[in-house]
Amino acid sequence: MDRHRSLAFHGGALALLFLLQFVLPPYHHTNFTSIMVLATYGIGYNILIGYTGLLSLGHAMFFAAGLYAAGLTVHYFNIDPISAFILGAAAALAFATAVGLVALRTTGVSFMIVTMMFAQACFLLILYFNQVTRGDEGLVLSGAARQIGGLSLTNPTFRYNLALALFTGALVLCYILIRSRVGRVLVAIRENEERVKMLGYHTFRYKLLALALSGLLSGAAGASYALMFGYVGATFASIEYSIFALLWVLLGGAGTVLGPIIGALLMFYLVEWTSEVTQSYRIVVGAALVLLTLFFPKGILGTLREKRLRWLP
Amino acid sequence: MSFLETKALSRRFGGLTAVDTVDFRLEAGEIRAVIGPNGAGKTTLVSMICGRLAPSDGTILFDGTEITHLPPWERVARGIVYTFQITSVFRNLSCFENVALAAQRALTLGKAPWHTVDSSALASSVTDALARVHLHERSDTPAANLPYGHQRLLEVAMSLALKPKLLVLDEPTQGLSEAEITDFCSLVREIAADATILLIEHNMDVVMELAERITVMSNGAILAEGTPAEITANAAVQQAYLGA
Repeated sequence: MDRHRSLAFHGGALALLFLLQFVLPPYHHTNFTSIMVLATYGIGYNILIGYTGLLSLGHAMFFAAGLYAAGLTVHYFNIDPISAFILGAAAALAFATAVGLVALRTTGVSFMIVTMMFAQACFLLILYFNQVTRGDEGLVLSGAARQIGGLSLTNPTFRYNLALALFTGALVLCYILIRSRVGRVLVAIRENEERVKMLGYHTFRYKLLALALSGLLSGAAGASYALMFGYVGATFASIEYSIFALLWVLLGGAGTVLGPIIGALLMFYLVEWTSEVTQSYRIVVGAALVLLTLFFPKGILGTLREKRLRWLP
Repeated sequence: MSFLETKALSRRFGGLTAVDTVDFRLEAGEIRAVIGPNGAGKTTLVSMICGRLAPSDGTILFDGTEITHLPPWERVARGIVYTFQITSVFRNLSCFENVALAAQRALTLGKAPWHTVDSSALASSVTDALARVHLHERSDTPAANLPYGHQRLLEVAMSLALKPKLLVLDEPTQGLSEAEITDFCSLVREIAADATILLIEHNMDVVMELAERITVMSNGAILAEGTPAEITANAAVQQAYLGA
């Protein structure tokens, strides 16, 4: 019963996203495309923070790994977007695994610091090699290079549905993961890692798996962003993008499958509206983080789950 | 060769020697109680046996092989199972899910993390373990909603689902009522039919009732060892611990 309700809830959300493309005005149509890609990054982040209980402050490095692996190969070697996407996702997967082997030796605050340091190192490397990356200014990928089977990634309808497909893939993966036995172990690690060890689990391996999957989804989102919007820049590797992922997930509800897109959607428009009024939109972002932690620690879906929708995964 | 043996096992915390060159032997099928005043090193000793703490010196042999440096999960795979002193059930999960975490581990030992578990085998293993502690009717209840005594039983069910050869119970009756303690004692006897039991316990009635042999620890060392009758009669023990 609960299973059906939860399938209907998530299926309904996907159907709604599909239908929205027919009613959204062009400007918001593009925004939603972008939000779905960013929410995929959020889902990746959520697997780590929401389900495994590991707080990373450097996730932008995985988003950027996908973004740059895809973007640079398209720009310099002119490879097709599908290969570039696969390459981007694979690069992020490999990178996340490598970072995990080092960073997962720490926990708690140390883990936050180590991931942040790795991410800052990546950000600075991108700036350092600015002859290749064009640093802050970034690279614009030509529309001609972004064609899949005769369809251009600059075509809004095509792009919207690709973003929806990406988001759906991430959502389904996350849903299957947390319903699986592995997912149960991850949640148990979040609750009490010591106990899980004494139940006979090599918890490091599970955490590494979570980080690798998290990196894979973040990288897939990064690669898609580069290919869909044709821009690759160092901003995406900055600390700001690590914090954004944290905010989306906290706002929507850590440890809920749909939380990241709700959070990404609200933050996107919050930043959008405040930037119209003031230059310092970051103050709003900061205030949102403080208010969330104080009054809404479980986020929107997390609170809903606690109050009524207990079946929500 | 003993079932479990420690040789000159020590653990120091800074300047404090919590366990000091302990030679401890346990035979298969025994129910052994370890008693001693607070700070005698009981929990430190069993923590080293389970792999929660690394020894500073000495070796541990289990079932004929050395396990001194094995991580805890590999000891679980060999049959050493620890039941926590502080109840550590997963409060948000149902009784079934709590035990399933243990049962799925027992069913997937030596297999890759993505190996799928046959759900009917898992369900029967979980139901068996819950039935042994008489919690099978609370299967869907979240652990947090159980009364304290039942949470302790759930903890034991999780251990049973791991199919222990050596079950370490760290103060299992703490906080239980008289009636619950009586039930708990018969449960331990049932478990002992196919597992060796190492019991840390403060309640002397429980110790006298269950233990075939008793090890008394004091200041990180073994002060005495013997049958309950021998221990009760031992003058050194009376002075150090029983306070008579």
